Amino acid sequence: LAHGGGGSAMRDLIDDVFLSAFSGAGRAAPEDQARFDLSALMAHGDRLAFTTDGFVVDPLFFPGGDIGKLAVCGTVNDLAVGGAKPVALSCAIIIEEGLEVETLRRVVHSMAETAHAAGVDIATGDTKVVARGACDKLFITTTGIGVIRTGLDVGVTKARPGDRVIVNGLLGDHGAAILNARGDLALETAIASDCAPLNGLIDTLIAAAPGLRMMRDATRGGIAAVVNELAEASKVGVRLDELSLPMRPEVMGFCEILGLDPLYLANEGKILAVVPAEETEGALAALRAHPLGREAAVIGEVTSERPGRVVMRTRFGGERIVDMLVGDQLPRIC
Amino acid sequence: MDAGEMDEALGETIEISGIVQGVGFRPFVYRLALRLGLDGTVSNAGGRVLIHAGGPRAALEAFAAALVAEAPPLARIERVERRPAALPEPGFRIVESGAGTVSIGVVPDVATCPACLAEIADPTARRHRYAFTNCTDCGPRFSIVAGLPYDRPATTMAGFAMCPACRAEYENPADRRFHAQPIACPACGPRLWLEREGTEIASADPIHDAAELLRAGGILAVKGIGGFHIACDATDAGAVATLRARKHRPTKPLAVMADLPAAHRLCVISPEEEAALLAPSAPILLLPLRPDADLPPGLAPGQSHLGLMLPYTPLHHLLIAGAGRPLVMTSGNRSSEPQIFRDDEARAGLAGIVDGFFMHDRPIARRLDDSVARLAAGGLRVIRRGRGFAPLPLALPEDFEGAPPVLAMGGELKSALCLTHGARALLSHHLGDLDEPATGDAFETALADYSALFAHTPQVIAADLHPDYRASRLGAALAEARGLRLESVQHHHAHIAAAMAENGWRRAGGKVVGIALDGLGLGEDGTVWGAEVLVCDYREGRRIARLSPIPLAGGDAASREPWRVLLAHLDRALGRAAVDGDAGLAKLFAGKPVPTLRAMMDKGLNAPLASSAGRLFDAVAALLGLAPDRLSHEGEAAMALEAVAEGEAAPYPFANAAQGDLIEIDPAPLWRALLADLASGRPRSAMSAAFHAGLAEAFVSVAAKAADEAGIHAVALSGGVFQNVRLLEGTVARLRARGLTPLIPSHVPANDGGLAFGQAVVAAARQMA
Ligand SMILES: [Fe+3]
Ligand SMILES: [Mg+2]
Ligand SMILES: [Zn+2]
Ligand SMILES: [Zn+2]
Repeated sequence: LAHGGGGSAMRDLIDDVFLSAFSGAGRAAPEDQARFDLSALMAHGDRLAFTTDGFVVDPLFFPGGDIGKLAVCGTVNDLAVGGAKPVALSCAIIIEEGLEVETLRRVVHSMAETAHAAGVDIATGDTKVVARGACDKLFITTTGIGVIRTGLDVGVTKARPGDRVIVNGLLGDHGAAILNARGDLALETAIASDCAPLNGLIDTLIAAAPGLRMMRDATRGGIAAVVNELAEASKVGVRLDELSLPMRPEVMGFCEILGLDPLYLANEGKILAVVPAEETEGALAALRAHPLGREAAVIGEVTSERPGRVVMRTRFGGERIVDMLVGDQLPRIC
Repeated sequence: MDAGEMDEALGETIEISGIVQGVGFRPFVYRLALRLGLDGTVSNAGGRVLIHAGGPRAALEAFAAALVAEAPPLARIERVERRPAALPEPGFRIVESGAGTVSIGVVPDVATCPACLAEIADPTARRHRYAFTNCTDCGPRFSIVAGLPYDRPATTMAGFAMCPACRAEYENPADRRFHAQPIACPACGPRLWLEREGTEIASADPIHDAAELLRAGGILAVKGIGGFHIACDATDAGAVATLRARKHRPTKPLAVMADLPAAHRLCVISPEEEAALLAPSAPILLLPLRPDADLPPGLAPGQSHLGLMLPYTPLHHLLIAGAGRPLVMTSGNRSSEPQIFRDDEARAGLAGIVDGFFMHDRPIARRLDDSVARLAAGGLRVIRRGRGFAPLPLALPEDFEGAPPVLAMGGELKSALCLTHGARALLSHHLGDLDEPATGDAFETALADYSALFAHTPQVIAADLHPDYRASRLGAALAEARGLRLESVQHHHAHIAAAMAENGWRRAGGKVVGIALDGLGLGEDGTVWGAEVLVCDYREGRRIARLSPIPLAGGDAASREPWRVLLAHLDRALGRAAVDGDAGLAKLFAGKPVPTLRAMMDKGLNAPLASSAGRLFDAVAALLGLAPDRLSHEGEAAMALEAVAEGEAAPYPFANAAQGDLIEIDPAPLWRALLADLASGRPRSAMSAAFHAGLAEAFVSVAAKAADEAGIHAVALSGGVFQNVRLLEGTVARLRARGLTPLIPSHVPANDGGLAFGQAVVAAARQMA
């Protein structure tokens, strides 16, 4: 792709790539904006959820996904964890001059496929091509709207002592897959990203655990970041149990060699949910019945001890503090 | 002047400042006044002792002289001010401290004094064999203080009502127990018992029975002064092995408690070391093991030294005497957790480790680990500052007078806080590693504790540059919450500043050269430092040289697995092809994920660059077969390398070359020499000696050149690697030989336990013009 202009040849090309991939309702007429019928939205709930996220990842394609899939899942999941039914996305793409058209086509195709699977429309979008070096290959920003179910009010301030902390499956796959793909690490093991839209899974969880306190997708900063946010916002302690963390042996081995703490590895298909103790079994059963929740597990408990702190019982029976990192896992041993 | 004038009575007020409260100072003054026939009063006023005295001039002069010369052993007099005053009323009285008087008289816990020892040994004495005997010269202090002022109701002795006999001693100014807050006797004080599975074992003599249990190879939890110990017969290989297995502590050396004659049979003890053992602080001292010591090899595997302490409470004296042999006295905890100091936590946490609990009912107010020290380069070097040293204030150089009060947060591991007030600093006891939740709690408790003790409200907060040290974060949060200035201090500048301040280096004294040989600390350039030469004053440290950095593949994992660092060093020094082509090295790295580590280093995936002396020690130890694949405790490899060194050897070579305005001290020649010697079968004892000498020589030559160019004569040495005696003494000797003055830490640990002290003086200096 060549930089600049907006000449008609390039516009045709981009239109070709996008129009063949996205055929959402909002795209029916060539207007400058997507248009939604409010009464149709209000059938789903009584509040609008609105979110945006920028996606940059190196490499663009990795085992289990690519930047396009990531850009759709990320925004769909950010809507869904608020209890919203995702309705539509917008998508803005910044392309570095020189990117292969075929690469763009693959990414866009992947976006369309993922949006279809998630049941959302990509309703509007924009693309810009910038000079070489002004961006790295391809950046995507997606923005989404969704409708929050009437009566459902989940939030990071709502955890209470006694509640249980649940995840829907194996932790750290995405972070490990990306590092592995980036590093050419000469490791035999193939670890794939867990990148997936979670709105369907979340529907079943909400149905099974009406007292649900909060949900978050554990992306950058991993489980550690989310649990710390909830401990701080809810003014509670959280006690995790290392032995109950669902993890692939390959990911554990990967972390061992790389000296990384899996709690801080990114996930792209994992939610962390807090449910009242009495709804734990129902929530687990519902999650495990869904294809994206087979390895769901209770990983900890909300406590009244040390508000704002997250403590983990280690596999050796000791305890350690799990905190939010500012630096990039820089060595702390003197 | 005639005889009449000489005898004329004069009045005088005498103000004494220093550590003069809670140390028996007022009764001492009282007895002295009676002896010299003076009238007057003595009272505590603020942090000082105020005397109003009247009598003949000669008697007053003798009084003033004796106040300093004969002061109680725990007192430290900083200043005596005398002013003329009116004549007092006849007689001499001790005046009670008025309400609202600030007392800062909290002193460290003190080993049992000779008078109390004689008393417990005396079958006719009221306190014969009484485990909680103490007086104003000895006994628990900081470990029982629950609040202020330091008075019995504010101690953990509050629940014990004094019997009439104790009350009489407590109230008698002529008695050595006058106002001894922990005073007790068998009739009214704490009691001992043995228990198993939560049930007391009936016993006529629990000390005897506890000793018997130990003699029979049993393992016992012993509640002491600042926490629980786990004890067993140190001469019983089976008991030691069982203790290690149950505690999941495979190799870390175990401390031993023995009486003095037994100590001399275990270790080679110089007169200076004997004095340090017998001092009121009674630390664990690292002493050279006798080759013929009757101890099982599992006690301190691979070590040339033993951590040894003398009994320091009556309970320990009686237990050691009953056992009739040295005892292991290791901290009562599970694996790496902090030492337990509460009864219920001990019952829960140590149940799987011990065969019984030797308990008492005097609560411990705060955990105080045994202090650890060694003698090196002609003085005491504190490695862990705990019981017996904290909370003794440290004097800063006098031109820190007027500095705003600073609270310094310290480091991540071996954490300790420091509070300054003008030219005085309070460096807290060892609080432990902050990744432990219990240590985190203790850290916050200590902050409140010390702020109260020192009546301290900081105006400035000092913390390490590392954003993810928990202490740094807490400091940043505190600074924000209270609207205070936060001073970030580079790790090694803080280490060096600590050595400067402890040695009285004045702010006005200009710059020194600092050699920081350390583990890892975040540098100003975002890389990790740990083997640097700095030119610094208190306000600023400029790095002029460093050990060539290597990538630490795996970050902290590289600190636990020395082979990672060895690979990085060898790749750098020899090139990968040469490393892969060497049959010996291939064997060393067999089964290790070498290609993965190299990819991490190439791509910068969790492989931060570090110039660390600690990691260089680890790597050399790994090459010489002195380090396991994974260390079970910090310093394991470095200590093993120090322990094998013998005799003197010509230093291994290092190269150095200027890179811009930074000198790189390059260990590549060292590695080539080591590999050649390894191939030729040179003994490890000589190789280790040559390595120590080489490292000292490499850094001293660069430091000396810098000192020479800048007209500096003082070279400060700090960082955890200087706990290594051979390296410290080798460095000091080389500096002295070049006419330079070494500044070495003594009571402030050279490791991160002293970091807060350095941060505090840097932050204080930065606030001053
Ligand atoms: Fe350090
Ligand atoms: Mg997001
Ligand atoms: Zn005494
Ligand atoms: Zn009594």
